[in-house]
Amino acid sequence: MPPIVSIENLSKVYASGLHALKDVNLAIDKGEIFALLGPNGAGKSTLINTVCGIVTPSSGTIRVGGHDNRSDYRAARRMIGLVPQELTTDAFEKVWDTVSFSRGLFGLGKNPDHIERVLKDLSLYEKRDNRIMQLSGGMKRRVLIAKALAHEPQVLFLDEPTAGVDVELRQDMWRLVRRLRDQGVTVILTTHYIEEAEEMADRVGVIRKGEIILVEDKVELMRKLGKKQLTLHLAEPLAALPESLAGYALHLGPGGREIVYTYDTQRERTGITRLLTDLAAAGIGFTDLDTQQSSLEEIFVDLVRGHTGAAP
Amino acid sequence: MNLPAVLAIYRFEMARFWRTALQSIVAPVIATSLYFVVFGAAIGARVQTVDGIPYGAFIVPGLIMLSLLTQSISNAAFGIYFPRFAGTIYELLSAPIAPFEVVLGYVGAAATKSIFIGLVILATAALFVPLHIEHPFWMVAFLLLTAVTFSLFGFVIGLWADGFEKLQLVPLLIVTPLTFLGGSFYSIEMLPPFWHAVSLANPVVYLVSAFRWAFFGKGDVAVGVSIAVTFGFLALCLGLVTWIFRTGYRLKS
Ligand SMILES: Nc1ncnc2c1ncn2[C@@H]1O[C@H](COP(=O)(O)OP(=O)(O)OP(=O)(O)O)[C@@H](O)[C@H]1O
Ligand SMILES: [Mg+2]
Repeated sequence: MPPIVSIENLSKVYASGLHALKDVNLAIDKGEIFALLGPNGAGKSTLINTVCGIVTPSSGTIRVGGHDNRSDYRAARRMIGLVPQELTTDAFEKVWDTVSFSRGLFGLGKNPDHIERVLKDLSLYEKRDNRIMQLSGGMKRRVLIAKALAHEPQVLFLDEPTAGVDVELRQDMWRLVRRLRDQGVTVILTTHYIEEAEEMADRVGVIRKGEIILVEDKVELMRKLGKKQLTLHLAEPLAALPESLAGYALHLGPGGREIVYTYDTQRERTGITRLLTDLAAAGIGFTDLDTQQSSLEEIFVDLVRGHTGAAP
Repeated sequence: MNLPAVLAIYRFEMARFWRTALQSIVAPVIATSLYFVVFGAAIGARVQTVDGIPYGAFIVPGLIMLSLLTQSISNAAFGIYFPRFAGTIYELLSAPIAPFEVVLGYVGAAATKSIFIGLVILATAALFVPLHIEHPFWMVAFLLLTAVTFSLFGFVIGLWADGFEKLQLVPLLIVTPLTFLGGSFYSIEMLPPFWHAVSLANPVVYLVSAFRWAFFGKGDVAVGVSIAVTFGFLALCLGLVTWIFRTGYRLKS
């Protein structure tokens, strides 16, 4: 199946001379949830805005559903819904009117049933006759999402949808995104909450200084780049690790009560069996053991610091 | 053609107009009444007729033009400037709309509003002086043409302005003086030759003159020249708008 969004050799140099995107290539599959991660100023919003037609690219091509986003912009844009990063709403309009307005802009006739459904999904229906300025920040964020969904887009861009949003709304949002995905909508989101990407995304892309440095299936990424740690809770505290275990990447925990073994899940052999045998030979007994996997957050921090390879 | 989008923009803008109906309609009515009291009563008492037209009636076309110009410019300028200022322009830029359709929505709404106000002023004026319109068809045609042309001009200003001061600057410093000096309240025939010649460089003279011709059958300059000048200005504004959208000037980064 061809990608629903395909970005080829995309570069953007702002009038200030700033090189915000450098030869970006990216293909988004239909129906996936794609999380774009990167530190502040990495170019996430620039990338999204370029696809949506708000920023003019310096070079490269963008296709949405096979339509070039410049020569065939009507067809391309009709497929896209955008929730921008900034909370930019009208003030005096009523919620219902502003959402209907968005539907009109995208060339569709009135459909009160659809608007009603969208507002209900976002718990906005009771507020439909309120002026936007009377709403709280989180509610305004919902209005922006409702506007983006008013024309039944097939590709939804969410630029930091959960910034400054409380736990409840965040979970509402996650539910909504999953429901959209179930309906076949492709979702591309940026976020600074890594646990959000970990929770939601099918695939993860990392952008740094305008360059995509990695695109990977989330599970695969966590398996590949994730370190695993085995912690052994010792029966007797140890003063120091015996010489015979020097060949392992071991670390003696506080009070000498635990040994932490870090290993790479990608290796053919983890070395655990051999370690346990050697421990027994050294006369070290343990009462309990557990393993932990590094989170996407740790992987991410490693990546943007410049380590692109697997951890040691 | 994305007609629903044009209608959506048009309705949005008209809703803004009705929301502020009090100031949109009442203000011009009061201003017009004041003009009649000041100019009509004070000056009209000394100047009986101009060109054989009672002074009170003589100033009606100019009064309507004055409002038509300022209202068209400020409505259209504010209409497009505000989304740029508030950031809601992102929606226009990411929607499947051609620039032409955006212009149609905003300029159409701004022209509608100013024509409406022009008619309100006409009705107010009719309460003060007996009015007879010689060429009603042309009166309406000039009303339309002027409203559209200057709404387009206002749209350009709204795109160009990067602050609220600039938004006010052009109407306040250029258009209002040009209108006052454009023969709204006098015939430029009354001026000494030098100032008469200078006045001919003022585009508003042609608008007022043509409009006055539609009312009374005579103007300061030939109607054909007036129409040509107005269309020339319309073409200039259209060219500017086209250039702005083609280059993304002040719209996109
Ligand atoms: N209109 C503009 N003109 C000039 N430079 C810009 C413009 N918009 C963004 N930039 C610059 O481009 C770079 C990328 O910005 P962008 O907003 O895309 O980052 P981001 O990844 O979305 O960051 P954040 O996480 O803070 O939202 C930044 O260095 C920013 O300063
Ligand atoms: Mg951003």
